[in-house]
Amino acid sequence: MLELKNVSYQVEDELGQKEILHDVNLKIEDKKYVVITGPNGGGKSTLAKLIAGIWKPTAGQILLDGEDITDLGITERARKGIGYAFQQPVRFKGIQVLDLMRIAAGKNLSAAAACEYLSEVGLCAKDYINREINASLSGGELKRIEIATVLARKTKLSVFDEPEAGIDLWSFQNLIRVFERMREEIHDSTILIISHQERILQIADEIVVIKDGGIAEQGPLEALYPKLVGTDATVDTCDRLK
Amino acid sequence: MIEFDEIQKRLILEIAGLHKVPEGAYNFRANGKSAGRASTENIEITTREGGSGLVIRVKPGTKNESVHIPVVISETGLKETVYNDFYIGDDADILIVAGCGIDNCGGANSEHDGVHTFYVGKNAKVRYVEKHYGSGDGTGQRILNPVTDVHMDEGSSMEMEMVQIKGVDSTERVSTAELAKDAHLVVRERLMTHGTQQAVSKYDVILNGDGSSADIVSRGVARDHSYQKLDLGIVANAACSGHTECDSILMDEGRILAIPSLEANNLEASLVHEAAIGKIAGEQLIKLMSLGLTEQEAEEQIINGFLK
Repeated sequence: MLELKNVSYQVEDELGQKEILHDVNLKIEDKKYVVITGPNGGGKSTLAKLIAGIWKPTAGQILLDGEDITDLGITERARKGIGYAFQQPVRFKGIQVLDLMRIAAGKNLSAAAACEYLSEVGLCAKDYINREINASLSGGELKRIEIATVLARKTKLSVFDEPEAGIDLWSFQNLIRVFERMREEIHDSTILIISHQERILQIADEIVVIKDGGIAEQGPLEALYPKLVGTDATVDTCDRLK
Repeated sequence: MIEFDEIQKRLILEIAGLHKVPEGAYNFRANGKSAGRASTENIEITTREGGSGLVIRVKPGTKNESVHIPVVISETGLKETVYNDFYIGDDADILIVAGCGIDNCGGANSEHDGVHTFYVGKNAKVRYVEKHYGSGDGTGQRILNPVTDVHMDEGSSMEMEMVQIKGVDSTERVSTAELAKDAHLVVRERLMTHGTQQAVSKYDVILNGDGSSADIVSRGVARDHSYQKLDLGIVANAACSGHTECDSILMDEGRILAIPSLEANNLEASLVHEAAIGKIAGEQLIKLMSLGLTEQEAEEQIINGFLK
């Protein structure tokens, strides 16, 4: 179980101290499929980065299976079973897709095994396995490779920061299928997805709404979903302007 | 049968990837002397007049053959300058593997300066691989100052892979090329310096023929207190295209100076230069650490990939 106790995160800008998250208390039970949603700028991605250890909370505690991991770095948290998929995947000159999949799997993954993960995210594996993860790949391709690296890790808690961002050319149906399959196949794992997409919300066991730096609501899909559809939480600003 | 000691075998493996005597034409040079040579029906290797190097002649039309000319030095204090001339016949298509490995366990400097001149015939294709490597824990420096001078005839193409990853204390690499009509030159250089090493790499490429092109990419990593100077220049005298790129990673107290120079003397010439110097991007480290690597392991993976 992942537990956040009284977690706050402050940053300093030219206007002085600014609180991005304030006194957040959150419990994510094992083997749950949880979607964190809410309006832009509410603190969702910050929460994901605090869980992965990329940023450290300015107050409060983060516990994984009862162990205080607040002061652990990114590597140690990764080794304890936390996976994190970036909203904007990183490019590497010279490192090939297979290299990255092998680093992710933590072993000398066979090309065939790596191909399976790539196929799962809708990439024709043989075309990609030897490609460099550089600017020659499109945003959507990078995003799918990013998701494949997290799948290859087989972690007990996987955090996906807006997986739908930047994949407009990929049939959205495919992405939904990936997450649906994850739900069916990874029985021992907890999935935490930051998303605005109603289709992704619909797969969740539980929904957490983050707004203005705090948890506005948390509850099972059936209870929360009807309240959220069409609100700021699920519709991007641009869509609302249409 | 050529006999090498263990150090020499290790050096040959590093620079030429060879476990045994290769097929095709070869000349092995060890501690200033020829240690073995073979010519083939199409590739003739002879001693240069005055004995200061080799003349390598490849017959026109020779296809899919290779020439290996590795040099190893395991004696401290040995200094040599060797001149090798390559005459590649028209329409030939060959691989040339050169390179020098120095193991210096002594107190005196060891130095090998290889001067390679290529005359590439019409429509010939050459792939040239040159690797430099140093090892040994003596106080004597390992010095390599290679000079590469390329003359490319009409329609010829040459791909050069120039690699120096480890152990060379001081290097000054000077490469020049002149290209006739429709000739194409591709250079991929990889340089890594550490300790207090100094590396200078200078390219002067002159595009004289219409339709000719040059693409020179140098990737470097400067670690510790090392210094690199990359001086990539193209002069365009015809309707041609040229691209140079210096892409460098700084670590520790490393320093890098990149000097791009492009000169266009023809309205139809198109030249591009790109240069980037910086430390490893923080987000690259974070990504690999989020996959379970330590910061140091992440750095190694990024550098290995970059210099691949």
